Amino acid sequence: MKISIERATLLKAVGQAQSVVERRNTIPILANVLIEADANSVSFRATDLDIEVVDKTVAQVDRPGATTVSAVTLHEIVRKLPDGALVQLTDDGSSGRLTVEAGRSNFSLATLPREDFPVMANAEYGANFSIESKVLRRLFDKSKFAISTEETRYYLNGVYMHVSDADGGKVLRCVATDGHRLARIDADLPAGAETMPGVIVPRKTVGELRKLLDDDDVKIAVSVSETKVRFATPEITLTSKVIDGTFPDYTRVIPQGNTRRLEVDAAEFAKAVDRVATVSSERSRAVKLSLDEDRLVLSVNAPDSGAAEEELAVAYGDDRLEIGFNAKYLLEIASQVDRENAVFMFNSSGDPTLMREGNDTTAVYVVMPMRV
Amino acid sequence: MDCDAFYASVEKRDNPDLRNKAVIIGGGKRGVVSTACYIARIKGVRSAMPMFQALKLCPEGVVVRPRMDVYVETSKAIKAFMKELTPAIEPLSLDEAFLDMTGTARLHGAPPAVMLAKLVARMENELGITGSIGLSHNKFLAKVASDLDKPKGFAMIGAAETMDFLRPRSVRLIWGIGPAAQVSLDKAGIRTFADLLRWDRKDLSARFGSTGERLYHLARGEDRRRISANAPVKSISKETTFFEDTSDKDILDGHIWRLAEQVADRAKARGLAGRVVVLKLKRSDFSALSRRISLRDASQVADRIYRAAHELFVAVGNQGPYRLIGVGISDLIPEDEADRSGDLLDPDANRRADAERATDKIRQKFGNDAILKGRALR
Repeated sequence: MKISIERATLLKAVGQAQSVVERRNTIPILANVLIEADANSVSFRATDLDIEVVDKTVAQVDRPGATTVSAVTLHEIVRKLPDGALVQLTDDGSSGRLTVEAGRSNFSLATLPREDFPVMANAEYGANFSIESKVLRRLFDKSKFAISTEETRYYLNGVYMHVSDADGGKVLRCVATDGHRLARIDADLPAGAETMPGVIVPRKTVGELRKLLDDDDVKIAVSVSETKVRFATPEITLTSKVIDGTFPDYTRVIPQGNTRRLEVDAAEFAKAVDRVATVSSERSRAVKLSLDEDRLVLSVNAPDSGAAEEELAVAYGDDRLEIGFNAKYLLEIASQVDRENAVFMFNSSGDPTLMREGNDTTAVYVVMPMRV
Repeated sequence: MDCDAFYASVEKRDNPDLRNKAVIIGGGKRGVVSTACYIARIKGVRSAMPMFQALKLCPEGVVVRPRMDVYVETSKAIKAFMKELTPAIEPLSLDEAFLDMTGTARLHGAPPAVMLAKLVARMENELGITGSIGLSHNKFLAKVASDLDKPKGFAMIGAAETMDFLRPRSVRLIWGIGPAAQVSLDKAGIRTFADLLRWDRKDLSARFGSTGERLYHLARGEDRRRISANAPVKSISKETTFFEDTSDKDILDGHIWRLAEQVADRAKARGLAGRVVVLKLKRSDFSALSRRISLRDASQVADRIYRAAHELFVAVGNQGPYRLIGVGISDLIPEDEADRSGDLLDPDANRRADAERATDKIRQKFGNDAILKGRALR
């Protein structure tokens, strides 16, 4: 194999590969990226056995071939090469070494045979659809903060992507929760998604997927089966197993009868929460919200470190209410609001609170209060 | 100071009819012996023995249900007496405590031995409870001494005679040397302290890990642990050893619940809550398993501790049979920072916690058996 490739293109491909490979793995080949060169394109493939990413890119191929080499080492080298460099990768097929040359730099890296590289089995995808990058980005960006890290409830360690009924008909919906907060984000149902089985997309896959979605105008091809999900741009294909479990019935978690309505400028609210939370205890981060007619007082009282209070002008017309929350959770949901005011719907100080942006019901957040 | 058959003594004090009978404290037919009086002990009854076995050995035994509130009250009275001797008291349980008598001779105008003899005399006269004293220059030896001539014992191990005392004795004397450690010591040919003295420090550490270091010092009668009245509690745990190894899920689950409840009781008594729940299992071959899980919201509620421990148990899968099970909490914080938020996916959790608090109140008023979960009967 002998190829020449522009440094920036190579960096992007190898960068994606090295973030997929498992840092601490016991199978050496899983630390490697599989480089395959055919007539005029090169693909870089990496896997941790749960996720596989393939980046296909244009390169000048002098001699087709394939080999595998440490993804992390190759990435480090390419990263340190000067911008604009042309990188040549050469493998003579017998020495067990890959030569990396750029300008006056020359590296020789140990390789492992391509035959040993595990290639993920193909799945029968029951549903295939195409969705705009920015729509998919919104679905996952606004829900991923609520993904649980709890190992025992492993079925919460991802975003539940499924088809659901909403007021205006069927929607493509992403839900994540860790039992303390929940995010439910809807998008118009793309053609072809109707038959899609609901799948729990693992946290790591959500992180890798995000790298495919930076460009607004790209269409993402999504394929879903009971066990796998695939996201593809023209260059990159990300295939992942989904979490084998049942996502809990989240609909009963979303409060329907909350009537006490608070409307507040989300950015001002977030800043104020952040300020008062400075003195809160490291462990609980509890912030108290005291609501009265058009007035919100945020306060923290931590015996060990001190107290803080800040008043905000808000729209609130219901009975007085005192309710506590973890500051981190409030900040996270407030930061999801980017266009209109944040609207909180409360019931009592012990019941889950609902938050949305204005009257937009396509992005709904639920947060559990804490005793203060 | 270590009381003699404490629970049984209290019962005999309060009910003179029992005085010359074999008294066994424990609960129910299926229960376990918690204390046996010395008459019952002669027949072979031991604490932690299943009740049916105890009654087989000692059919004339009178089984008395424990009255914890009375024991706690008596224990407090004893503690008040001890406080007059020294402020440095480290209770090990209701009926056992270390007292640091260093430097008290001038204060009392009498050496510690005299004051301690007066202490047990006062306990017997005023409270009707007898105890044994072990007096020595560190905790390890004091504990050993207190067991030397029980009941109503008084034993002293002076610094000068320490080595002569220890050399011929079995290493079983060492606190915490259970059957498992005994086996590994036996394998190394260590039976007595004299055997232990032949080992050098490095070899002991290499063979027994951190215990090796401790063994090295204990072999020389050295123990630098201090007596701390308010040693910060780092964890709270309870464990139970079965008389018959079991892998029965329901039985084990019942134990997990009971242990969680005991851990929660102790946490509540101390105003603490744990951020980590630990499950400990020991298999028949003494190999141990330990699993831990962090709670997002620290807890002192038995229901939450039980659920976390239960999840850990399920995750371990069936690797039994087990001979021991333990539940504990660690990473402790004050209770007012615990159990503050509920679980969206388990909306009943807060109601169960409220029910538990109500149960606690009922028990305070009417005793521990006044209200039980069905789960506890398994």
